Amino acid sequence: MSHADAPLLDVVGVTKQFPGVRALDEVSMTLRNGEVHALVGENGAGKSTLIKVITGVYQPDAGELRMGGARTAFPAPLDAQRAGISTIYQEVNLIPLMSVARNLFLGREPRRFGIIDTARMNREATGTLRGYGIVGDVRRPLGELGLGAQQMVALARAVMIDARVVIMDEPTSSLEPREVDTLFELIRRLHRGGIGILYVSHRLDELYRICDRVTVLRDGRVVHTGPLAGLERLRLVSLMLGRDVTTVRREGVTSFTGDHADTSAAPVLRASGLRSRHRLHGVDITVRPGEVVGLGGLLGAGRSETVKAIAGALPLEAGTIEVAGRPIGRPSTANAVRAGIAVLPEDRKVEGIVPGLSVRENIALAVLPRLSRLGVVREKQLDAIVRTFIDRLRIRAAGPEQPVDELSGGNQQKVLLARLLATAPKVLLLDEPTRGIDVGAKAEVQSLIDELAAQGLGVVLVSSDADELVEGADRVVVLRDGAVVGELRGAEVNTDALMAAIATAAGAQDGADDD
Amino acid sequence: MTDAAVDRPRLDAARLRRWLPVYGVYVALVALFAFNAVFTERFLLWENVRIQLVQVAPVVIVALGMAVVIGTEGIDLSVGSVMALAAAIVPIYLGYGAAPAVLMALVGGLVVGLVNGGLVAYVGMQPIVATLALLVAGRGVALVLSGGQLKEIRNPDLIALGSTDLAGLPVSVWLAVALTVVIGFLVRRTVFGRRLVAVGGNRRAADLAGLPVRRVLIGVYVLSALLAAVAGVLAVARIQSSDASQVGLLYELSAITAVVVGGTPLTGGRVRVLGTVAGALLMQLVIATMIKHDLKPSIAEMVQAVIILVAVYAARERRAR
Repeated sequence: MSHADAPLLDVVGVTKQFPGVRALDEVSMTLRNGEVHALVGENGAGKSTLIKVITGVYQPDAGELRMGGARTAFPAPLDAQRAGISTIYQEVNLIPLMSVARNLFLGREPRRFGIIDTARMNREATGTLRGYGIVGDVRRPLGELGLGAQQMVALARAVMIDARVVIMDEPTSSLEPREVDTLFELIRRLHRGGIGILYVSHRLDELYRICDRVTVLRDGRVVHTGPLAGLERLRLVSLMLGRDVTTVRREGVTSFTGDHADTSAAPVLRASGLRSRHRLHGVDITVRPGEVVGLGGLLGAGRSETVKAIAGALPLEAGTIEVAGRPIGRPSTANAVRAGIAVLPEDRKVEGIVPGLSVRENIALAVLPRLSRLGVVREKQLDAIVRTFIDRLRIRAAGPEQPVDELSGGNQQKVLLARLLATAPKVLLLDEPTRGIDVGAKAEVQSLIDELAAQGLGVVLVSSDADELVEGADRVVVLRDGAVVGELRGAEVNTDALMAAIATAAGAQDGADDD
Repeated sequence: MTDAAVDRPRLDAARLRRWLPVYGVYVALVALFAFNAVFTERFLLWENVRIQLVQVAPVVIVALGMAVVIGTEGIDLSVGSVMALAAAIVPIYLGYGAAPAVLMALVGGLVVGLVNGGLVAYVGMQPIVATLALLVAGRGVALVLSGGQLKEIRNPDLIALGSTDLAGLPVSVWLAVALTVVIGFLVRRTVFGRRLVAVGGNRRAADLAGLPVRRVLIGVYVLSALLAAVAGVLAVARIQSSDASQVGLLYELSAITAVVVGGTPLTGGRVRVLGTVAGALLMQLVIATMIKHDLKPSIAEMVQAVIILVAVYAARERRAR
């Protein structure tokens, strides 16, 4: 970093005002040559707005951008791209049906006599991508690659178009650990090459692994900027939250407290021998009232599939599901809901909220038959229930009639939880309940899970956040390749044991199968 | 403050973009009506208004069903053929009286609706393909049933349905009004109505929330086909003959146009019942205006095309969050 003459990118006193909100308030930060700079903050802290200002999507109301010390302005996103600023989003914005090579060279295809020189393009693409650890046929459609590999292609593309600043927005949220390793390897190489990387992520582990410096935003202001090494994790969390370090410490990293499970009680959920082609090979799960059972394992181990199967959303070849001792009939989502199973899907946008509909309608969705007479909805009763849940879950919305897609991720998640709870379920299946939501909402959701378990619900918790899984669950069932390979109980439920169990599960097949 | 000065016009543009697809149809309708009231001779005569309403009534009825289907992110191309099928069935059973004949026509609609819904919900076919099959097959069956001949209707009850007035308005217009109220109530106040927009808004989410997605889908296609059958019966009653090769021709397009112009997005998740009625009225008024001012039908069609494009263009903003 010592070779930096003028900083790569300077954001100087940028203010951006939206109706009713000051999204950015005199924000200044510096991205140096060859550094990986973490940009963190709760949802609504102003991260996205800042990125949009830097990439020319928004114009700052006050303040300016400087590149290499010279004042600059990006009237449109294309201008930012021309200046060497490249953004890689969590959803890769390439064209899935075009070949890998075409995607890599999009807009700059090598030509011969005015026609794309496919042979040369494919040859060069193969060579380039090998450097990024991607081997395979570059003539195949991009969509056939895994998400991680697609992201590598996006990154390779960014580097090829001579990007000097690369902005990565939650790049790892859908990657497997191995892919994350490859990505980080690549980031390290880029930053040795002098490229500045602005790295946005909710995952603290990653920040400490890869980032040199950090800028913390809160409520549109910079509350901290400086080297990451030496900044204590708790201090970072408290900066983001605006809470006292001691409270964070006392409450732990997550907001879970104690156990509620009554080990003598009859199971509220018993799923046995769940089998589904290619996905599940005989999974057994038992949950008692008041118990939070975590599902551990790597991506693709069958955690989400298990949840989907119990919820009736995955066709089963074999297996039985009982709720409070009674088998639910033919597995279907309708039967599962009727039996008292409620599922919070992994992907909030795709499988959860109904965009365009109001908060009220989204909450009411699953409980309508109970709130109707002869098929006509009883609006007053519905209003009462909606109001109750908005208060109880502290859903921050302008009102019940606000379209749900205008809410922040955390509040959308709470709307979904309200939808589940309105059906008065016996079993809650929570698939990544806190993914992609801000730290504050995360804490609220975690304590809510606790509270619900204390009231006697059976909870199945899937989380890729090891802390959350360990602190939240009373018991962790570890899965691999669609089968149960281990279980942690009581004192065994800690991060080290979980990592060990997963590592064992992935590596030593024989030992695990003997159980 | 400079901030406010810069932001205000932009904000208004954004508001206009949201407002236009929803209320634009009413503005256009009122404007065109006012134009005609001033510049078109004999436009405000009751006789003229009455003719316009009689002509638009079947389109409104079919479009109501179409709006509901489009609300689930589907489309029903078979409505015109269902009208023809209903028209072909009526004379066959007219010997038993008007009521049984109408009932059988509705049963014909019900069957087509069940097939459409079954293909979409259980077979998993795309609505446009499934209903296209029924568009072709439905009229084919209608032609077979009618033997390809035009049949005159002499049943006084049925003719009364097409020509009697109730409190100054033809029965068919009252029927369209009544069905508008019914569908409006269905969409806004019933469990079925809430579910169908949820299915259209996010089918996976609706499924995971335990909604009977397939039943809802079958329901909307049955509803659409039944309404089309009603429109088919009305057409027969009004022209006092049944011609399976002509009844309901291109009605699917008129209905889709009314729905789209009325502000219901083709992407589903929302149904605008009154907007659909206004859309049908607007298109009817456009055609009437052209005719009154001696413009060629081909020009009227081009104007219609422009209105559709404007409606779709205005609605396009909804997608970009």
